[in-house]
Amino acid sequence: MKLEELDKNLLNTISDIKDIPKGAVNIRKDGQAIYRQSSPNIEIKTGETGGLLVEIKPGTKNETVHVPVILTQTGLNDVVYNQFIVGENADATIVAGCGIHNDSHGRSRHEGLHEILVKEGARLKYVEKHYGEGSGTGQKVLYPTTKITVMKNAVAEIETVQIKGVDDTVRITEAYIHEKGSLKVVERLMTHGEQNAVSEIKINIEGQGGSGQILSRSVAKDNSTQVFKAALVGKNECLGHVECDAIIMDKATIKAVPELMAEDSNAVLTHEAAIGKIAGEQLIKLMSLGLTEGQAVDTILEGFLK
Amino acid sequence: MLHLENLSFSVHNNGDSKQIISDINLDIKRGKLYGITGPNGGGKTTLAKVIMGILTHTAGHIYLDGEDISDKNITERANLGIAYAFQQPPRFKGLTVEDLVKIAQPKLSNLSVRKRMRDVGLCPEDYLDRDMGSGLSGGEMKRIEILQVLARNAKLAIFDEPEAGVDLWTIQRLVDIIVGKYQNNPEAAAVLITHNRNILPICDEIVVIEEGRIKHHGHRDEIWPIIRDDIVCQVQDTCRGEEII
Repeated sequence: MKLEELDKNLLNTISDIKDIPKGAVNIRKDGQAIYRQSSPNIEIKTGETGGLLVEIKPGTKNETVHVPVILTQTGLNDVVYNQFIVGENADATIVAGCGIHNDSHGRSRHEGLHEILVKEGARLKYVEKHYGEGSGTGQKVLYPTTKITVMKNAVAEIETVQIKGVDDTVRITEAYIHEKGSLKVVERLMTHGEQNAVSEIKINIEGQGGSGQILSRSVAKDNSTQVFKAALVGKNECLGHVECDAIIMDKATIKAVPELMAEDSNAVLTHEAAIGKIAGEQLIKLMSLGLTEGQAVDTILEGFLK
Repeated sequence: MLHLENLSFSVHNNGDSKQIISDINLDIKRGKLYGITGPNGGGKTTLAKVIMGILTHTAGHIYLDGEDISDKNITERANLGIAYAFQQPPRFKGLTVEDLVKIAQPKLSNLSVRKRMRDVGLCPEDYLDRDMGSGLSGGEMKRIEILQVLARNAKLAIFDEPEAGVDLWTIQRLVDIIVGKYQNNPEAAAVLITHNRNILPICDEIVVIEEGRIKHHGHRDEIWPIIRDDIVCQVQDTCRGEEII
């Protein structure tokens, strides 16, 4: 199968792939799977939900599955419900993400629910990038939800990135961590223009010795608004930490709401939240190294969101 | 190379005017090391910031190689060859040590970056990828700051209290590097703002600034004997009587 240039560019931005990658992959374009390929250890099929059922076999080592979604048709309201099962002691990476190209005035919307089960002793890295582009005024809207269950002794990391072009997004992340399981959620977000972004993350640490961490870095420019809610619920002896750090610019607004809930006296939960503009001395320092003020701002923001 | 002519800087607050530096006249010549010293609050850092363009002087002129650069901004002065190592360098979340060194000198090869890191006492393996956020100590930040200014190959490099927060072994090494790079260099000069009694006597010229004015200026052999006792006393004030090398 041959991909069009536009598709390639979108895929490259959201999944860092130049063409159809080797190994397990499912590319969904405008509401339909246009390419699907399983690998010996990772099977991709249509599940009972009508979406994907991706099963990573127990003991699989260092394999990646790509499941990107691209939208190029205006007015489309694409909805998916995908399920991922990471087998016992497997070590794998899932690269998801959605790219929208919209040159018109109509709205393009993608709503995705990803349900992930990381079984005992497994390790998972889940990466999801969101991106919008196009010359029209049509809104690019993304409503992703991720539900993840981390079983005993399993380790998972969720990395979500939204850097450019998404007009409206509500991202929900819900997690359940069992005995000695560990989850780290890293979120990077930049909004500009009139964009709105809401991110709600809730980690329930249910098992003894479990740990959960939420790290958020965001930049709000122009008239954009961001709401970030991060909740940790410690239901057992556990460790949890929330850190949200935001740079605010222009006339943007940011609301950060870290929430800690301990239901066990041995739960240790902490949070830090900071919102502020770029420090003047940072700009001066970079300008004294020869950068213009604009270059200095870009360098600081790129580094902050890296 | 750099000529300061009747340079003054004052601040205005609620109708009051306070003169921070007054009527400074100074010539910085290539190939020489200049030690600027004097009591805290005397205007040394302000003078350095005025030369870099971080603060705008309120009277007088600054000439670089005959060109009046009074109206040039920080970036323009940096690109004309002025560099300033901050007394307290700012931190940058997400930027690595390597990122900053490469911003300071984009032409530097990876090998050169590593060599220069070793020069300032930082092991490249341990520090190249370190975040310039909160994890580094004050002394480490200072060494990285000095490294950046050295890497810029500036015509005029100003080091603001390079010894502050740096261990003794590293200070000596940094001073050796600065002396080697600037003393007798036909292209460049360095200014060191310092109280350090090991650094001042090796500078070619010493300038003492007090209450915003030049109190003494001349060859080290002339000035150092006058101020030596004061410097030792000041250092001991800071360290509460403990001997500082």
